[in-house]
Amino acid sequence: MRKHFNSALQNESIDRSSKQKKFCRFKKSGIKYIDYKDPNFLKQFINDQGKILPRRITGTSLKYQRKVTQAIKRARHLAILPYTTDSQ
Amino acid sequence: MNKNYETVFIINPVLSEKQVEDTVKKYKKQLDEKKVKFVCNESLGFKELAYPINKKNSGFYHLFQFESNDINIVRDLEVELKRDRSILRYMTVSLCKDAVEFNARRSSGEFNKKKTKK
Repeated sequence: MRKHFNSALQNESIDRSSKQKKFCRFKKSGIKYIDYKDPNFLKQFINDQGKILPRRITGTSLKYQRKVTQAIKRARHLAILPYTTDSQ
Repeated sequence: MNKNYETVFIINPVLSEKQVEDTVKKYKKQLDEKKVKFVCNESLGFKELAYPINKKNSGFYHLFQFESNDINIVRDLEVELKRDRSILRYMTVSLCKDAVEFNARRSSGEFNKKKTKK
């Protein structure tokens, strides 16, 4: 992280993307099992078209991302979550 | 070493309340005959489906959680569920120890009070 902004190299671009360090919310809050029966919790991991959000956006670790996708696919099978929503 | 299974199935909404209970009892009896230890037998209530399943937009969700040591019990249950026309959809899942511990906490109502933190 850049300590001071008035560095000598004026034209160096300041990468704001890595400003807030992404963290895996499951590791932080110690969630071990993701329940496929609860739509409100799973909705945080799908976009408004019903597609699963990638890790680079949600910041979850690989281990928990796989559990999230498995839970979402099970919820879709049981019609708890839609496969696609018709939102433009 | 017996494994934990969790079966969720959706019952046709057209049926009356009594018929829904009958179908649930039928499957429960079928499992009880095979001396299966029931951990949880709970109805998740009448819910809207996210997409229509053979022209129906809602259904009664029902959950069985049980322990069994041989897989044929699950296979027979699924054969019955597939044959029954009033079941829209069913899914059987084997549970890991985290899942079992989670379900125990959920059925003890730990999540209902505050925001349902998984």
